[in-house]
Amino acid sequence: MDEDRVEAESTPTPARAERDATEPKKSRGGLSPRLQAVVVPVLAVFTALVIGAIVIAATDTTVVAAYRNFFRAPRTALSATWRAVATAYGALFSGSLGSPSEIFQAVQVYRSTGDNALWLKAIWPITESLVAATPFIFSGLAVALGFRCGLFNIGVEGQFGMGALAAAYVGYSITGAPRLVHLPLAVLAGALGGAVWAAIPGYLKAKTGAHEVVNTIMMNYIAFRLSDWLLNGPMKAPGYRPVTSSVEMTAALPRLFPAPIRFNAGFFLALAVAALVYWFLFKTTLGFEIRTVGANPDAARYAGMSVTRNFVLAMVLSGALAGLAGASQVLGVDYWVGQGFSAGYGFDAIALALLGKSHPFGVVLAALLFGALRSGATRMQSLAGIPIDIISILQGLVIVFIAAPAIIRWLYRIRVEREEEVVLTRGWGK
Amino acid sequence: MATSVARSQIRAISTGRARRMGLVFLAIGVATLLLLGRGLEAGQKATFGLNPGFKSQAIKIPDLTLPVQPTIYTLAAIILILGAWQLIRGSRSANALLGVVAFCFVFAFLTWAARGKSFNLVGMLGSSLVRATPIALAALCGVMCERSGVVNIGIEGIMLMSAQAAVVVATVTKNLYMGLAAAILTGAIISALHAVMAVSLKVDQVISGTAIIIIGTGATSFIAARFLEKNINGLNNSGTFPVISIPVLSKIPLLGPIFFENGIIVYLMLALIALTHILLFSTKWGLRTRAVGEHPRAADTLGINVYLVRYVSVILGGMIAGVGGAYFTIGSVGRFDEFMTAGKGFIGLAAMIFGKWSPFGAFGSSLLFGFADSLQIKLQILRVHIPSEFLLMAPYLITMVVLAGVVGRAIPPAADGQPYEKQ
Repeated sequence: MDEDRVEAESTPTPARAERDATEPKKSRGGLSPRLQAVVVPVLAVFTALVIGAIVIAATDTTVVAAYRNFFRAPRTALSATWRAVATAYGALFSGSLGSPSEIFQAVQVYRSTGDNALWLKAIWPITESLVAATPFIFSGLAVALGFRCGLFNIGVEGQFGMGALAAAYVGYSITGAPRLVHLPLAVLAGALGGAVWAAIPGYLKAKTGAHEVVNTIMMNYIAFRLSDWLLNGPMKAPGYRPVTSSVEMTAALPRLFPAPIRFNAGFFLALAVAALVYWFLFKTTLGFEIRTVGANPDAARYAGMSVTRNFVLAMVLSGALAGLAGASQVLGVDYWVGQGFSAGYGFDAIALALLGKSHPFGVVLAALLFGALRSGATRMQSLAGIPIDIISILQGLVIVFIAAPAIIRWLYRIRVEREEEVVLTRGWGK
Repeated sequence: MATSVARSQIRAISTGRARRMGLVFLAIGVATLLLLGRGLEAGQKATFGLNPGFKSQAIKIPDLTLPVQPTIYTLAAIILILGAWQLIRGSRSANALLGVVAFCFVFAFLTWAARGKSFNLVGMLGSSLVRATPIALAALCGVMCERSGVVNIGIEGIMLMSAQAAVVVATVTKNLYMGLAAAILTGAIISALHAVMAVSLKVDQVISGTAIIIIGTGATSFIAARFLEKNINGLNNSGTFPVISIPVLSKIPLLGPIFFENGIIVYLMLALIALTHILLFSTKWGLRTRAVGEHPRAADTLGINVYLVRYVSVILGGMIAGVGGAYFTIGSVGRFDEFMTAGKGFIGLAAMIFGKWSPFGAFGSSLLFGFADSLQIKLQILRVHIPSEFLLMAPYLITMVVLAGVVGRAIPPAADGQPYEKQ
């Protein structure tokens, strides 16, 4: 338990982890590191939302017009600001968790008449948030696992796409197989697709020192072109649209609610994989090696661990997780792959891993939050006319605040006794 | 004795590498023969246009017409001879030979692609330079930042935001130069934010750069969706810089149309390459910058203000990237599209590494990427039977091959990417 706490905050060298675990922390008025590990991310998200509100208000023509008359009618300006922000964030909230009154009403209708249509409508937003969170959990874990080994995998987007294509191919090309065989096969194909795509930059990093940041990005563009070609050629479904055929129902992740609700077993698979990654990283020798290489490659080499082998291993596992993200989206939600299928998942995944402090359980929490934001943003776009891209701005800000906790500490006057160090990446060619 | 053992080991390794290069050359030669030399009709000719198609000042010269079969066989023979030479002698200057081999292969490929047709060579080389422009500017931004020890992978985001700022300001003020100034200013502001995070707050520089990319793509898409789409003519339709022909020089055949009939941003890029080289390698400031990038503690001890040098370098780099951003909108199409930089910022970083962190090296490797980019467009026009998606992959594949160290290992400035903690 004690050791887990330390791991959640930073990636120290094994020696330091031991010392930290045995020596109790002295507190001198500042927040204890343990509390801070929770407080800083929460405040980071809060601050990003506040800045988002300012952006929403500042780009609203009615609000800007009201501020022209600020000195004559300050209350009009303020209420216009309030209205713009409240409409937007209200839609964001009801779009992600559902409106409480609707749920209350639906429960009453169901009790009196047994009609579940309203009930399904009321829980639709929250199930959509979980549906959106599922690939986020996988892809966030992918980046987090890379970080633990000192690797920065920006290539989740390409690995996601390759995993999705592989899963879709197995899903539609095999017919007549029982679900017990077909579904695991399709899921594994997804993991394999992502793993192969990540293995290339991992191998190049280990053998030639070529930096994985640039190489994984190049692999993203190559994956993008390759999937374009596949969707217009070998994998194209009959018809004029560049999409694959739908997967067989024997390869689909089972859905747990009636028709319109897309919530499926993929979510539980994601939770199980998160637990597995936790076990792997913190309870196995291989995981220990990966973390040691991430914390201090020189020490790892001195201790007889193969740094290059761990680079490749971590990259392959990271890619497999990203491929699973793609597979869960294809087999659980869409059933087919189209162009631009994986766009944006790579950078989302980086934000998730940072927000979750590269800890599997932190990543799950971050993914739930981002899933809610993402599905709420769709409603915000339709109800309040705020482009969905605001979410990217919020994510970027969250990354800044998490990576530079000094800003948050300064804003909220949080004192700290010891700066925590998190090794995430290294410079070129090292 | 130990040193002599080490030295002979080094020699063994380097000759081993040279031998392997020889094998690679032989493989390329055989591939040239098998892939390009087969199934050619005897007497077929390929015409290479040496005059640009549009109204150009250059003096006209006759086009180059080559018989296809003998040309390809000759080029393949040259490659094979060089490969055999390299295998037997194991020459150390393998890189120069690699250049020759690559040139022969590309020329053989072009001859093959243009068989029985006409191919405008000068036009393609000209468009290579134009397409290399944003890559070179991104690479130059990288050189400026990294020579002072700050890694900046956010160039992509900086260029996107500058591109948008340029087109909006140019459209609103109806003045393209105001647009260019806005792009440079945007580049300076965004890179200053990076400098605050990387230098003062000592944030992991790759993470800070990633945040800039995410905010850059998010903010530009947000603004495009909220404002530009609703008012295209009032905000997102600026026109582009005209082509300026330099009086006497543009009349030179071959070189004139390639180098001296371009828009202002291309000239600006060429000037910036030279200026950055002078700044970094011939001034006191440049010496200090490089010292800070190699050994900040030593520089600090000598009284150099490490933070100031890094701030100035990063902001100057951001201004250069701002010019690169302006190329995408007011330099080429006159409007902003989402994600229009399409990875050029990252390719610029690869060009910087390939160019070994020097301005002219970065320019040379940018030309290579620009060439690959314009080649794939030309090949689509020539209807070569390779799916266009694979041709579009070429620049990215070349980037990866280059980074894998085909041309020797590149060594970054020693303190690259490490925050400096004053003692």
